[in-house]
Amino acid sequence: MSVAPSQSLTEHVVAVEAGAHVIGAGWLGSKAAFALADGQLLLTNGSEHARVAAHPGGGILVAVNADKTIVTGGDDGRVVATAADGTTRECGKEPGRWIDALAIGRDGAIAWSAGKVVRALDGKGQLRSFTAPTTAQGLAFMPKGYRLAVAHYNGVTLWFPNTDAKPDVLAWKGSHLSVTVSPDGQYAVTAMQENALHGWRLSDRKDMRMSGYPSKTRSLSWSHDGNWLATSGAEAAIVWPFDKQGPMGRAPRECGVRPVRVARVAFHPRALVLASAYEDGTILLIRLTDASELLVQDATGSPITALAWNDTGRSLAFGDEAGNGGLFTLPS
Amino acid sequence: MSDKIPVTVLTGYLGAGKTTLLNRILSEPHGKKFAVVVNEFGEVGIDNDLVVGADEEVFEMNNGCICCTVRGDLIRIIDGLMKRKGQFDAIIVETTGLADPAPVAQTFFMDEDVSSKTRLDAVVTVVDAKWLTERLKDAPEAKNQVAFADVIILNKTDLVTAEELSAVEAQIRAINPYAKIHRTQRAGVDIAEVLGRNAFDLDRVLELEPAFLEESHHHHHDEDVQSVSFTIPGDVDPAKFMPWVNELVQQEGPNILRSKGILAFKGEPKRFVFQGVHMILDGDLTQDWKPGEKRQSKIVFIGRNLNREALNKAFLACAA
Repeated sequence: MSVAPSQSLTEHVVAVEAGAHVIGAGWLGSKAAFALADGQLLLTNGSEHARVAAHPGGGILVAVNADKTIVTGGDDGRVVATAADGTTRECGKEPGRWIDALAIGRDGAIAWSAGKVVRALDGKGQLRSFTAPTTAQGLAFMPKGYRLAVAHYNGVTLWFPNTDAKPDVLAWKGSHLSVTVSPDGQYAVTAMQENALHGWRLSDRKDMRMSGYPSKTRSLSWSHDGNWLATSGAEAAIVWPFDKQGPMGRAPRECGVRPVRVARVAFHPRALVLASAYEDGTILLIRLTDASELLVQDATGSPITALAWNDTGRSLAFGDEAGNGGLFTLPS
Repeated sequence: MSDKIPVTVLTGYLGAGKTTLLNRILSEPHGKKFAVVVNEFGEVGIDNDLVVGADEEVFEMNNGCICCTVRGDLIRIIDGLMKRKGQFDAIIVETTGLADPAPVAQTFFMDEDVSSKTRLDAVVTVVDAKWLTERLKDAPEAKNQVAFADVIILNKTDLVTAEELSAVEAQIRAINPYAKIHRTQRAGVDIAEVLGRNAFDLDRVLELEPAFLEESHHHHHDEDVQSVSFTIPGDVDPAKFMPWVNELVQQEGPNILRSKGILAFKGEPKRFVFQGVHMILDGDLTQDWKPGEKRQSKIVFIGRNLNREALNKAFLACAA
C-alpha cells in the first residue's frame, strides 16, 4: 500500500478554465494547447488565453502534439494543424467521416485514419493511402525510418508509406484499440478491447501478453530512456520493464496505488518521474527510483482526460472531462 | 433516476419500414434532440440532430465465444458522442436489415465504457405484416430480430386481411410473447410508445409489463426460436437459483437469445428482477412486493432448442 504523498505541490498549479471536455493537451513552445470537444483549441501560458476555432461546428476527437504543432482530428472529418500563434492549416479531409486516430512523426509527418482508410502525409507534402483490413483504431510512427504501425481488429499492420513493399502484419486475435512503439523501435505494444495489452518484440516477432487490468488501458507512456512503459487502467500506474529482454516473465511495477483507477499517465521527458492522473481528478508525481509521491492536484471528482509535459519537463498541462484544466510548474 | 443516455436500437428486416419510422421519430415535434447512428447517409432528413455513419463492425472476444461479440463501431461512436454530452437527449441506432441484434444489445452490457455512460432503452423491431411469414421461413436474421425485441412495430397492416394479421401476430407471439406489439400503417405509432420505454430498466419491467407474472396461455412448439416460461407459485431459494441460472446461461448461452425473470427470494421483501442477452445476465433487487400481493417467481427464456421439461424441472428444484 502506498502512503499519502509526503509533499504537496498544489500551490504550483494555475487553474485553466477550458470550458469543454478536454480531449488532449500539448505544448507549442511556452504555450500549452488544450484540444476541446467543442472543436476549439485553447492556447495559454497561464495568464494569457486565446481560443482557436480549429473545427468550427464540429468536435475534436483526437489530438497529437510534437514540437511547435498540435494536430487535431474532428467529427467534421478534418485534420488540422495549429501553430503557437493560432494559425491553422487543414492537412486532410475525409468528408462525412470521423477522424478515428492520429499520429505525428519526425520531420512533420502526420498520419490519420477514418474507418479503414489510413493516410500518411510526409514533411514534403507527399500523401499516401492504405486500406486496413478493418477499422484502424490506433496509429504510431516508428521512431526510425518512415514507417507506420496501424492497430486494427486481429493485429497490427506495419506499413511503409513511401514504398510499394507489402505491409507486414503482426497477428493477434482480438480488437487492438491503440498502438505505441518503443523509442528504440524494438517493441510494438497495443491496448486491447479486452482488459489487456499485447506486444511484439519486433526482432523475433515474439508475442507478449500483459494482462490483469480491471479495465481498458487508454493511456501508455514510455520513459525517456525507453526502459519503462507506464499504463493506465488499474488502481495504480502499471509500469512494465522494457530493459534487457523486455517484460516477458517479469512483473510490472505498481506505482501510486489508490482506490481509484488511473486514467492518464505521462513520463517526465528527462527523468524517471511519472505523472499519474486518476479518475477522481487526483494527479501525483511518482519518482520511480524510490517510489516517493508528490501531490499535484487533489481529487476534483472529474476524470483526467489529458496530461502532457513540455519538452524541458518543467511544466505539465492537464485537463479533465468536466472542462477544467491546469498548468503545473515544478518549483525551481 | 440515472444520467445515463438512453439508447434505442431500431431493427427490422429489409423493407419493413425502419427508415419510415426513423423519419417519423425525427420529424415529429417532441422537443428532443437525437444523435442518430445510421448505416447510410441521405436516407433520413434531419436538421437539428447529430448523424453518424456506422459500419456494423462486430468484434469477437479472444476466447472465441460466440456470445461475447460486441459492435466495435458502436463502442467507438458512443465514446465520441459522449465527449459532446449535453448536445442531445438520446441516441438512436439504426441497424441494417440483415444485422444480428445480439452484438448490438451485448455492447451495452459488455463494454464497460459504453455501459457506464449509456443504457439500452429498448430494442424496437419493425416487421412487415405481409412478408414476415415468408421471412421467418427463409431468414434467420428476421427471427432473431423478433426474438430480441422489446417493442414490435407490426407495419403495413393495410396490405393484409384481418385473418392474415391475426396469423402473423400469433407467429410473433410464438417467438416472443413479451414484446409490446403495435399494429401500424406507414409506421404510424405514437413516438412515446417507441422511445423512453425503459424496457431494459429493471425497475420498470413490471410497470411496462404488468402481465409478466400472469400465466401465458399460448404455447407453440413449431418454431425453432421459441419462448418458454416457468412459474413457481411462491418463493425460491437464492442459494439454489443463482448458481443454477448462472451455470445455465454459461452452458446454454448460445441458444438463449433473451432471458427475463421476476423472483421472490425467501425472506427478501424486494423483488429480484433479472434479464439477459445470451450468457450475460444483469439482475438486481427492485421494489417491494406489495402488501397482499401474491409472491411468486417466474422466468422466461427466448431461444433455440430449449428443453422445456428439463428447464422446468431444474427451476422447480429451486423452490424455497
